[in-house]
Amino acid sequence: MKQATPEALATATKTAKAPKHLHSFGYRARKDMQRNWELYLLVLPVLIFYFLFCYKPMYGALIAFQNYKPALGFAGSPWVGFDNFIRFFTSPFFGRLVKNTLFLSFELLIFGFPAPIILALLLNELHAGPFKKTIQTVTYLPHFISIIVVAGMLTDFCMSTGLINDIIVFFGGARSPLLQNPALYRTIYILSDIWQQIGWGSIIYLSALSGVDAQLYDAASIDGAGRFQKLLNVTLPSIMPTIVIMFILRIGSLMSIGYEKTILLYNPSTYETADIISSYVYRVGILEQGWSYSTAIGLFNSVVNLILLLIANRLSKKLTETSLW
Amino acid sequence: MDQSVKIKQTRGEKVFNVFNVVLLTLLAIICLYPMLYVAFASLSDSTRLTQHTGLLLWPQGFSFAAFERVCKIPMIARGYLNPMFVLVVGVCLQLIMTILAAYFLSRRNVMFRKPIMMLITFTMFFSGGMIPFYFTLKDLHLTNSLWGLIIPFMVSTYNLIILRTSFEAIPESLIEAARIDGAGHLRVLFSIVLPLSKAILAVMVLYYGVSIWNGWFWASTILRDREMYPLQVILREILLQNSTSSMTGGAGAGDTESVAATVKYATIMVATLPILCVYPFLQKYFAAGVMVGAVKE
Repeated sequence: MKQATPEALATATKTAKAPKHLHSFGYRARKDMQRNWELYLLVLPVLIFYFLFCYKPMYGALIAFQNYKPALGFAGSPWVGFDNFIRFFTSPFFGRLVKNTLFLSFELLIFGFPAPIILALLLNELHAGPFKKTIQTVTYLPHFISIIVVAGMLTDFCMSTGLINDIIVFFGGARSPLLQNPALYRTIYILSDIWQQIGWGSIIYLSALSGVDAQLYDAASIDGAGRFQKLLNVTLPSIMPTIVIMFILRIGSLMSIGYEKTILLYNPSTYETADIISSYVYRVGILEQGWSYSTAIGLFNSVVNLILLLIANRLSKKLTETSLW
Repeated sequence: MDQSVKIKQTRGEKVFNVFNVVLLTLLAIICLYPMLYVAFASLSDSTRLTQHTGLLLWPQGFSFAAFERVCKIPMIARGYLNPMFVLVVGVCLQLIMTILAAYFLSRRNVMFRKPIMMLITFTMFFSGGMIPFYFTLKDLHLTNSLWGLIIPFMVSTYNLIILRTSFEAIPESLIEAARIDGAGHLRVLFSIVLPLSKAILAVMVLYYGVSIWNGWFWASTILRDREMYPLQVILREILLQNSTSSMTGGAGAGDTESVAATVKYATIMVATLPILCVYPFLQKYFAAGVMVGAVKE
């Protein structure tokens, strides 16, 4: 508490004379609008954008609780409560879809998440120079190739007359159409995903690595630390906050893995391992026009996602003191 | 660290260095080879290519026939032009919107900044889903129009946060000084903030441009007229749905089969080359474009 000087008392009585709403929300908001109206005007189009294309669809997701008929419209369609959700939970596909989604996500997490970190650490051990730069340019390249082209190349290479089969035959194997094989589908998906994202994913870790204080390495050298010990005791702890943030974001998108690649790569013969929640939403919703049912499935997916993210963020805040917010 | 390595390299370190270089070279080859294969195949003679098995280390024969063929396919030419309109108009609008929002969010002493930031960030982690979004576009008459590929995608929250972080790094004193001299916010934006942000803006153009050029899902979902199809949707028909209707370039029926293979590869090259030519020049800016740390204030 401040000491009450005569001056402070004087100002206190002056403000006391002014109406009580001097610090009220409405007063401050009006003052803020007067001072910053230009800024608010600048951001207005963006707010309208977010309202129209992000928040309105969230409201529109309420058709998940309806039996939506486009002819009747949102207002006229009957409300059915949780019927669509119950229908999904009791559907024969429910188990398969959840299992496939989780398996694919976790395998992507286990194999795909560490890959760019390892690449960044290896790149970090190189001296800056043309070799390092070339490796970076080349490993960034697949990220820029469109998913259509990636899927097209995969389909082509995995055909029974394709490149990968040529290689399998060279090593004494037998030809088979690889993308028709449900047992291989996830392996192909994950390997191609690592191929496409390993270089790009390493950029954020490289930039974190470049911020590590060189004195820390010198100090470790003086203490007699070898290269591997420096990696364990200096490098990894320094980039840990970045790793944790990226990990939380990954957890937050566990259930929402790209439907685009799935839609392009799967076919009825691989549905049993390939079909995931988001691709099912696309099939049932856009292709078969089961509007309410597919919206319910999508909403279920979004909510589970959000809960996972909140849990991951909370846990991380407790355990590592790093968090998204 | 570099110096200590130079001064005293133990045997183990030497072995590691060799191993590291070999490993990274291998990885680079793996990353590059699929595109090289496509490039070689697209320049090959189509009959020799179909007979060939195994790795391609050089074009089989050498011919530009496939590329000539691709140029004559009307759908591909149109597929090239359609995204050009979306690309130019789209990236401009995306840049304007993202800059405006990022500037607002990087200002201090603005009362509603925090709630607006929360409103925007929340959309990164929760969405209404694919179907309600589709209905939104339908309600706004954005389906079956190229504007439907521009307007609903004007702001990417991820890019917005990256740009805001970068704007926040500009010394506040510079902006304050200009404000005291009577400069309005637009003036500050154009004469101080933007000139200091060229690198990050280059990255934004690349990110937005690539996502428009490579986008196909919403194009294939909302466009009904084939006239409007962007290249990626045409590519999908050719590469994945094996539809030859996109490729009717006037070939004899017997000829189509053998040409198809090389034409496929040539189409991939034609669709991918523009991006592959641009990104290496922007590479030095990539590090500026990573999402630095958390999204917190």
